[in-house]
Amino acid sequence: MGKAWNIVELARHADRPTALDYINMIFTDFIELHGDRQYADDKAMVCGIAKFMGEAVTIIAEQKGRNTKEKIERNFAMPHPEGYRKALRFMKQAEKFGRPVICFVDTPGAYCGVGAEERGQGEAIARNLLEMSKLQVPVISIVIGEGGSGGALAVAVADEVWMLENAIYSILSPEGFATILWKDSTRAKEAAEIMKITAQELKEFGIIDKIIKEKKGGVHKDIDYTVQHIKEELAISISELKSKTKEKLLDDRYNKFRKMGEIRQSTNNKIQKYK
Amino acid sequence: MGMFSSKKYITLDIRNHIDVSEKSEYPEYKPYIPNGKWAKCPECGMTLYIEDLEKDNMVCNNCSTHLRIGAADRIRLIVDEGTFSEFAQDIESANPLKYEAYDIKLNQYKSKTSMKSAVVTGKGKIHSREVILVVMDSHFMMGSMSGAEGEKITLAIEKATNEKLPIIIFTASGGARMQEGIFSLMQMAKTSAALARHSEAGLLYITVLTDPTTGGVTASFAMLGDIILAEPGSLIGFAGKRVIEQTIKQQLPEDFQTAEFLLEHGFVDKIVGRKELKVTLSKILEMH
Repeated sequence: MGKAWNIVELARHADRPTALDYINMIFTDFIELHGDRQYADDKAMVCGIAKFMGEAVTIIAEQKGRNTKEKIERNFAMPHPEGYRKALRFMKQAEKFGRPVICFVDTPGAYCGVGAEERGQGEAIARNLLEMSKLQVPVISIVIGEGGSGGALAVAVADEVWMLENAIYSILSPEGFATILWKDSTRAKEAAEIMKITAQELKEFGIIDKIIKEKKGGVHKDIDYTVQHIKEELAISISELKSKTKEKLLDDRYNKFRKMGEIRQSTNNKIQKYK
Repeated sequence: MGMFSSKKYITLDIRNHIDVSEKSEYPEYKPYIPNGKWAKCPECGMTLYIEDLEKDNMVCNNCSTHLRIGAADRIRLIVDEGTFSEFAQDIESANPLKYEAYDIKLNQYKSKTSMKSAVVTGKGKIHSREVILVVMDSHFMMGSMSGAEGEKITLAIEKATNEKLPIIIFTASGGARMQEGIFSLMQMAKTSAALARHSEAGLLYITVLTDPTTGGVTASFAMLGDIILAEPGSLIGFAGKRVIEQTIKQQLPEDFQTAEFLLEHGFVDKIVGRKELKVTLSKILEMH
């Protein structure tokens, strides 16, 4: 008891690096590009183009903010529908120009509010899931902090999903889980253990593909160490994914998500597990 | 002295048929009609004769509220008699997180509803046109999405793609099955990816949103129909009302997250009453 909760605390740590910190260290010539061309520019979602080892890539990132002012400006990395539509615009652009897409996932969840509902939060997320599943360029999503539910998945239907060692990825926050199932948000610590939200557990389940190491005490103690790991892994995975034919890339992505879930078939009462 | 004469009918408090644990887990659950002679409309309070209500497809003849119906009734209503054949009946939820009380809960719902999961899938005909059908049932754990529902829905979509058939999905779901955690979330990606392939094949997908359609279902296959229909008055939304109220610290307007609200904001193609639903579906199918 307590291990998962420690990771929750690290994933939400005030000093934890945000997406832009990684972007500036991993890539060169980052040019941020704005807007969904339909409604607004959602600052919770940072998009743009940059170079990785000399080649152009598209970057999509949920940005939390490094101080109170930026946090408010970024809506604590809780995107509105226009944020997801902005992300999709840049994914389609990447497809047009044959660029790999690198997504940084870090959100407590998609924003819950009147405007978000009026502008179709559900539709925006759903559209991304569908479009990402057939995007004809390599997609890698890295959960760097909090991978909060549909708001995270909407930028994580990827060929490879990685998590930082102390990141979490979950159906909802442990507080929310405790509230819904036990009507008691103070039991969040207990929920964190039961929910299986750590990188280690999700790797075992086959939900994620790689775990990126952090220095003891968390990535904020030594971001260079983690950045170096991400760079090395990106170099390997991008070239691997690029070497696949489009058909193979899409089939592999489809089959990866197709296998997720566990069922029981009552005719033989056997549990089918997928890994 | 007519006003003091005793009542000639009994009224049933249909709210009593929901157990407390269910209320707490799914706070927006509305009552359903038990076997009895009379029922009270949960909206207008009108006392209705059950036989009439059934004849009216569970639509209140006073205020037109569309009461929730199960998958079996839905299929009876929409599919030509004797043409429905069910797929993958034996698929049910496992317990991937080994969540303690989950197996017991599943068993309770299985015996209460005689269903093995919250969705019925199959093939049938609508005015002689063959179609794949997915019908969710909110009576089974609020129609929430576990690996079983995700698998059954994905299998049905894949079958539609392979057999070049249109697919109609009737949504009725509170969203994710919390007890399956991340596995539940991944069903959103899985079903959406299958729909992408169905769409790429140039095939028709119709969604019929019924009360309630929320959470992860709204944020995946519910909103991906080529044509999205909705039953009048249905609750349809992404986030729960209570969550939003807590976030913005304001009361929400009455029509917030109703089918009518979504129509007004451009996220639903058409609101269709239960009575006209089969004919409307048939006409749409005919044009594709």
